[in-house]
Amino acid sequence: MSLADLTLSEAAALLREGKTSSLELTEACLARIDSLDPTLRAFLTTTPDLAHAAARAADKRIADWRHHSASDQPLHPLTGIPLAIKDVLCLKGTRTTAGSRILENFVAPYTATAVQRLLDAGVVILGKTNCDEFAMGSSTENSGYGVTHNPWDAARVPGGSSGGSAAAVAARMAFGALGTDTGGSIRQPASFCGIVGLKTSYGRVSRYGLIAYGSSLDSIGPLARTVADAALIFGAIAGHDPRDATSMPTPVPDVSLDSKDLEGVRVGVPKEYFITGVQKEVETAVRQAIRVLEALGAQAVEISLPHTEYALPAYYLIAPAEASANLARFDGVRYGPRADGADSLWDVYLDTRGERFGPEVKRRIMLGTYALSAGYYDAYYGQAQKVRTLIKRDFEEAFKSVDVIACPVAPTTAFKIGEKTGDPLAMYLEDVFTLPPSLAGICGLSVPCGFDRNRLPVGLQLLGPAFGEANVLRVGRAYEQATKWYKERPT
Amino acid sequence: MALTLEQVEHIAALARLRLTAEEMARYREQLSAILDYMAKLRQLDTHTAAIEPTATVLPLRTVLRPDEVTPSLPPEELLANAPASEANMFRVPPVLE
Repeated sequence: MSLADLTLSEAAALLREGKTSSLELTEACLARIDSLDPTLRAFLTTTPDLAHAAARAADKRIADWRHHSASDQPLHPLTGIPLAIKDVLCLKGTRTTAGSRILENFVAPYTATAVQRLLDAGVVILGKTNCDEFAMGSSTENSGYGVTHNPWDAARVPGGSSGGSAAAVAARMAFGALGTDTGGSIRQPASFCGIVGLKTSYGRVSRYGLIAYGSSLDSIGPLARTVADAALIFGAIAGHDPRDATSMPTPVPDVSLDSKDLEGVRVGVPKEYFITGVQKEVETAVRQAIRVLEALGAQAVEISLPHTEYALPAYYLIAPAEASANLARFDGVRYGPRADGADSLWDVYLDTRGERFGPEVKRRIMLGTYALSAGYYDAYYGQAQKVRTLIKRDFEEAFKSVDVIACPVAPTTAFKIGEKTGDPLAMYLEDVFTLPPSLAGICGLSVPCGFDRNRLPVGLQLLGPAFGEANVLRVGRAYEQATKWYKERPT
Repeated sequence: MALTLEQVEHIAALARLRLTAEEMARYREQLSAILDYMAKLRQLDTHTAAIEPTATVLPLRTVLRPDEVTPSLPPEELLANAPASEANMFRVPPVLE
């Protein structure tokens, strides 16, 4: 067994006991990357020199802590732990592409707050992971740098848009990773790769230094092999940041994962999430998971989220509208390559953007531009924002009578590379169960809950109210302790 | 709702995207199909009960901070990614003839 096979929490315990070093953990991850990533292609950039330096610094920190006992300076649980970062988050001095050819030579001049908080904790950053271009996609096939392969079956997608982060963690190339979730981009790849992913509540984690896609929806969160591991990363990155005006001053609670039973927890099961079109094995696995929650003492009740079916059309107007405005900044003037031969400013804009954006990004910019254009604004964007209010109310109403909501993450397990690229709407339908919580700004956890007949992982989605991460993590942890799906690994 | 080719050209111009004829035709077809799907939103009555639009889920509105000078990134670092710069400015082709 390689050190890379440990969970993050196990590795952190060994570091504290002096039984391994950050340098050894880092070498183990880099060795996995060397042997597996030529096939899986989870990383766009690796940073071995930075990683070695950070590991040595962490080892010194741990040695100091051990010599001075636990008296004065507490040791952060992530000190010395190697993690990967989705390439939409800036790391100063490192290439940051957002999966786009329009940023192929962009070197970040500053570091994102979420990443900086990890660095401050003593985390070792292994590199930047592949994703759909500007986080727009559900399969990582929209990356400008080629697709990432699913560690469970290399002919299949890892999900998206945080597919590189999910594949890296599932294949034990990293102990955990940061991803971003605008409409499901952490939860769905976590589900497809058989790992844990936490979509944090909107406003919980600072977006400073995140390359924006849909600014009213974007959230940053962890991907890891266990809920306990995800909770540690969440604790490190969450909390108010004056550099993000949409970061909430709400205090971050200590996450207690000790309770093994779920006595008194009310679990809502929304009937709109168990519909035709959901793969039979997905429904079976999720229903079985709900029975496990009941066996742990939770009380499951059927609920209704009546506007669920309108989330997809609302999201695919609101997010592209915001994207069309956010991506206006990529114009060949301030960063990225400029198209050759353009001799007027107008041509610089048109040619740089026309040549450098990929097909899905252009499609969403066009869709968003149309939805915001004179004469169509009220009918499309305005109506979508009102429907968003109805969806948000659905959840507010539900959380009056239940503590968490349990449902599938995605209607299917991982699909084949190329299977859905010809039909944008079919690809959008992958997000049908992750979009409503995103529009409502609430939190959601994806936890492995079984396999289909092809031994592809299925994910259970546990939703909580805004800023209710602690409870969702507690329920997820109790479930994973009872089932141990996290012990299953791709070969 | 079928978009016309002229509408697609207009949207591309608004979005500052140079598209090939083949891209125009493909986006016309795909965007028309997507907008047909979006028509579903009009099934919901948001007028009678005067549903307010949600632009942000947060209760925060204009967030203020003390008006204090804090360090900014040096201009040369911010210009380092520009395809062309001169005298601490981004250089672009002539805007006016």
